[in-house]
Formats: sequence, C-alpha cells, structure tokens
Amino acid sequence: MNSSAELAVDVRNAVKRYGDFTALQQISLGIRDNEFFTLLGPSGCGKTTLLRMIAGFEDVTEGGIFLFGDEIENLPPHKRPVNTVFQNYALFPHMSVLENVGFGLEMKGSSRKEAAKRAGEMLELVQLSQFAGRKPAQLSGGQQQRVALARALAPSPKVLLLDEPLSALDLKLRKAMQIELKHIQRETGITFIFVTHDQEEALTMSDRIAVMSAGELQQLGDARAIYEKPRNMFVADFIGDTNLLEVSVDKVTNGRAECRISGNHALSCDAVDGVDVGARVHLSIRPERLLLSDQGIEGSSLKGTVAENIYIGTDITTIMDVDGGPKITVRTSNTERGNKRIFEPGSRAYVNMETGAARLLVD
Amino acid sequence: MAGGAAPGGSTASDTYARARHWLLMPSWAVLGVFVLAPVCVMVIYSFLTKEFRGGVIWDPTLAAYDQFFFDRGLFGDSDPKLQWTYITIFWRSIWQAGLATILSLLIGFPTAYYIATRPAKTRALWVFLITIPYWVNLLIRTVSMKFLLRDEGPLNDFLLNIGLITEPLQIINTNLAVQLGLFYSYLPFMVLPIYAAVERYNFSMSEAAADLYATKWTTLRRIVLPAVRPGVIAGCILVFVPSLGAFLAPDLLGGAKNFMIGSLIEEQFKGNAGNWPFGAAASMILLSMVLILLMIFAHQQRRAEASA
Repeated sequence: MNSSAELAVDVRNAVKRYGDFTALQQISLGIRDNEFFTLLGPSGCGKTTLLRMIAGFEDVTEGGIFLFGDEIENLPPHKRPVNTVFQNYALFPHMSVLENVGFGLEMKGSSRKEAAKRAGEMLELVQLSQFAGRKPAQLSGGQQQRVALARALAPSPKVLLLDEPLSALDLKLRKAMQIELKHIQRETGITFIFVTHDQEEALTMSDRIAVMSAGELQQLGDARAIYEKPRNMFVADFIGDTNLLEVSVDKVTNGRAECRISGNHALSCDAVDGVDVGARVHLSIRPERLLLSDQGIEGSSLKGTVAENIYIGTDITTIMDVDGGPKITVRTSNTERGNKRIFEPGSRAYVNMETGAARLLVD
Repeated sequence: MAGGAAPGGSTASDTYARARHWLLMPSWAVLGVFVLAPVCVMVIYSFLTKEFRGGVIWDPTLAAYDQFFFDRGLFGDSDPKLQWTYITIFWRSIWQAGLATILSLLIGFPTAYYIATRPAKTRALWVFLITIPYWVNLLIRTVSMKFLLRDEGPLNDFLLNIGLITEPLQIINTNLAVQLGLFYSYLPFMVLPIYAAVERYNFSMSEAAADLYATKWTTLRRIVLPAVRPGVIAGCILVFVPSLGAFLAPDLLGGAKNFMIGSLIEEQFKGNAGNWPFGAAASMILLSMVLILLMIFAHQQRRAEASA
C-alpha cells in the first residue's frame, strides 16, 4: 500500500463544484516529496482550482487533500505550511523588496532582524541582492518574478505552489527562468507544484506531469511517457504536434496491432490495453518520427504525393497527400547529417514510420 | 532638433499650444467667476469696517481679525487680552468635525469594503442605495434627525418600549446629536472614495499575505490599509472639511450650547445683527486652516508616491 505519509501532497477523490458547475471531477493524484510536479492543461481545465485548493483559497467540495499524511481541509491558508508564487506576483507595492521577502518570516514569528537576514540570503539565491531597498514597481517583470519566488521560498515551505509564474515574461527570459527554477528546486529540495498551460515548459522542467482537461485527469507520467505514449486523443493533441489518423484495428497478435487507414493502407503498431479487434480509434504519429523515402517498408509505410514543403528554420515540414487517405505532416531536421531527403511538391514518395513511432489512442 | 524652428516662425506644436490656451478659456472663466472672485471679495471684506445694518464701509482696518483673537473690553480701550470665545468655538468645531470623521471612517470603511467585495453586478446597486438619501434636501434630512432623536421621538419610544431604558435619553441638544447629524450628512463622502480605492485593490495581495501566514487582521492592517490609504485620506478630508463649516446640524441638533464655526459665520450675514467683515475674517481663518490641512495631505501623497 502506498501510504500517504510518503507523499508530499495526496489528493484523494477531490471534487470542486461552483453551484451547478463542476470544476474538478474526482481527481486523485499523489505528489512525491522533492518532486517537480506540473499540472498541465488548457485554461479552464481546473489546474489552477486544484492548486488553490491545496493553498487553501478554495475549499474542497468532496474528497480530501493530505499534506504529508495530514488532512488540511480545515486549515485556513495562513496555517498551511505551503507558499505560493502568484501569477501576477502579488507583491506588496508599499514595501521594499527586502520587506516583501521577509514578510512571511515575520508573520511566522521571526524578529524583524532575523527576517531581514534570511530575506537577504533569499535575495542572494535569486541574484537580486543589489535591489533589496527598491520598491517592486522599480523592478522589471523578470525581477519582480524572482522577488515573488524569493518571498515564497523564504519561510522554507514544505511545498511550493507556482501558478503560471512565467506566463508574463518574454520568451527568452521565460526559458532562462525555467532552467533557474529547476536548479532552485534541486538545490532546496522543496516539492514544487507548478501550474502551466505551456506544454513545452512542462516538458522542460517537470519530473512528472499531470495532464488535465475539463476538470479531469487525462494522464499522469514523466515527460517522456506523456510525449511518447499519450493515452488518449486529448493528450496526444495537446502535447506537441502530431498526426492523428483514423484507423480500424484488423488483428491483434503478440502485442502487435494491425491497423488500416482510409485508402486501404496497412500500418502495424504496438497494441494497447482497451483497444481490441474491430475498434475504430485514432493513431498518433509524431511528424519528426516520419521519413520520406523512395522505398516503402511493409506495414510501416504510406504512399502519396508531396503537396507542400514549408521551411521553418530548424526543420522542413512536408505535407503529404496520402493516396485515398488523409493529409500527413512529416518533419525533417534541417541538417546535412543522416538520411535527409526532400521531395519537390508533386513528386511521389513513401512516408516511412520509425519503429514504435505510432501510438494507438484510447478514445 | 538639428535644424530647429526658424525664429519667429510658427510650428505645429506652437499652434497646438495656442489652441489649447483658447480651449481652456471657459474653464478658466468659470473658475475665476465662481471660485476666485468670491474668495477675493471675502479677503477684501475681511479688512473693511462693518456697517451696522449689514454690509461694509470702505475703510480698511484689521478690526475683524482683532475682534476674533483679542478682547479689548466693552469700549475697546482696555489692554488687549486673548479672546477665548471664538477660539473655543473654533476648537469645538475641529473637535466635533474630527469625531464625526472618525465615526464616519469606522462605519464607512467596512461598508465600502463590503460593497467593493460584492459581485460586480450588485456593486452598482449598493452604491445607488448609498446615494438615495441624498436626493432629499439636507435641511429636511437634518430636521428629520431632530424629530428622530428628540425626547419623545421614535428612537426614545423604541428604547423605552423594549425596556432598555426607563427614562428618555437626552440626545437632542448634545454634542452626540451634532456628531450623529454630521456623520449622517457626510457618510457617503467617506464611503465612495474608499469604495473606489478598495475596488481597485488587487485582492491577490490579500491572498499572498494569508499564504505568508498573516492573519486577517494583520492583512488588513499591513496590506489592505496602506494600499487604500489615498481613498481613506480623501474620504476623511471630504467629511472633515464640510463638517468643520457645517451649520445645519449644529443649529438644529446641538442647540445654543454647541455652537460651531459654521453657525458663527452664518449669523454674521443674517439679518441686521450681522457683522460682514467679522464673518469674512472667520471664513478666511477657516479657509486657511483647511488649506493647510490639504497641503499637508498633498505633501504626504507626494512623498508616498515618490517612495512607491
């Protein structure tokens, strides 16, 4: 039995309703200690609601939330040993950066002097020592973000909650902060629960990711599992780019499924629990795991005509019209290495799948 | 600019500046006629000699100010002593207005906070409800207050009926009645600016404070109040200033003992018994005080902004 005491946060059958509207339906997930855990999903999927329930800003309609084995349902936010980095930072405008960072410590009972000392150390951690005396309004967005982080880390919470903290930053800064956050998480050993709608961000930073949609948990796993073995249509479509092909399953033998797509093309792939013979389901194939070639491979090829080549710098994207079937996207890395082949529009070619590239999806 | 405008030539921005000058004329005219001119008249009158049946004689003198501050005996020939009568009235006015302001703040702040934290749809309704009494003339409302508070009035009847008191409370003609009157007259001026400030307040700061282990009370004191301070100060000024010069509430609810500066000034211009220069001088003193107060406020605001 997986005792909840080993888990930093254990969400058990949590339901959240606002009147008739159900924001979260029966979510259960365990977040391990020292883990960088991400709640990923489009806006309105319930990820922020779940985070706010852990912080104590929303109550739980049904079910429970346990923090290191203790039920926290009845604790008001100011008594929960978790801290939050807010999306809009919510820094206190009338206090200096140092006072902001020291606030939590002071509230926990540290003297002003102790709080200031520890706040100073935190500012060092986020490399903002020279701005200690400034007011938040005198800092750039990225600096404010780091103050918010330092403020939430200063009281040494058991769990740090981050509500889309990077969404207001520009791309370059965001990427730098992703790495920095990951480093800080490793250094401090604090459990991070990170909310984002940006799948790339989630893949970059997380130990494990919970993909959510419409108030439900769609898939829980590490970045690799989520990307390479999506469980259903939603996950496959939401994480990265993919080709979703409608298939009918002809035969399942020895863990392999023989599938057929419109145009009578045969494809074989790994069988998946819950998809049986006769099922009409979808197959997900990542465009970067397809190759264009003169020669087909039995059971792993689709023949068609090149419709268009799109140059996007790092890659060249080719749109293929599969004979009698759907359009399919192939991504070829723009390097001189390997077996790169680009076909002119109108030319005939085979699209070959790498082994294990095709993934059958439940629903 | 490298080339610069030719000397004497007119550029687009010159034209714009001149146009703006002309467009502002109506505002200047209104301010001049309705604000500046009356104040000038008052300043001048305060330095003139009184005419016994009201009005002034064009004979410059400091008599009005002298009368306010000094006592020179019945015939005006004794040694000048400090005259406490008017200073006392002044002091009482400040005291009354101050208490009314504090009372308004204590009631107005929670009210404003409550309204500002309602769902957006119902907020307008609450604000509307707050302003409804102000569709009725202040005089009528103050007379109603007098009726409510008097010994045989509904308030005392009610308290007697529920057995809380055995004898009618003497409320009318007391300081308390004046404060209640002022409080009632000017409460919306406290509620509305605070409401506006709280409505703009970013409540995720309160969440952040709670998240950082602050109790509700500490959050209010350390986070909310500093953030809505400009609204609170504006509300206090808007209640304090008119309360200081009010004459209806003190006249009707306070009786003769609780005379305030507003009533004193009003009397100087009423009927034949008045003394226009003295009234003007008292007004000037009141105005200077208010002005000093506002300057302190403005200075504080500037300092707060500079540090924010």
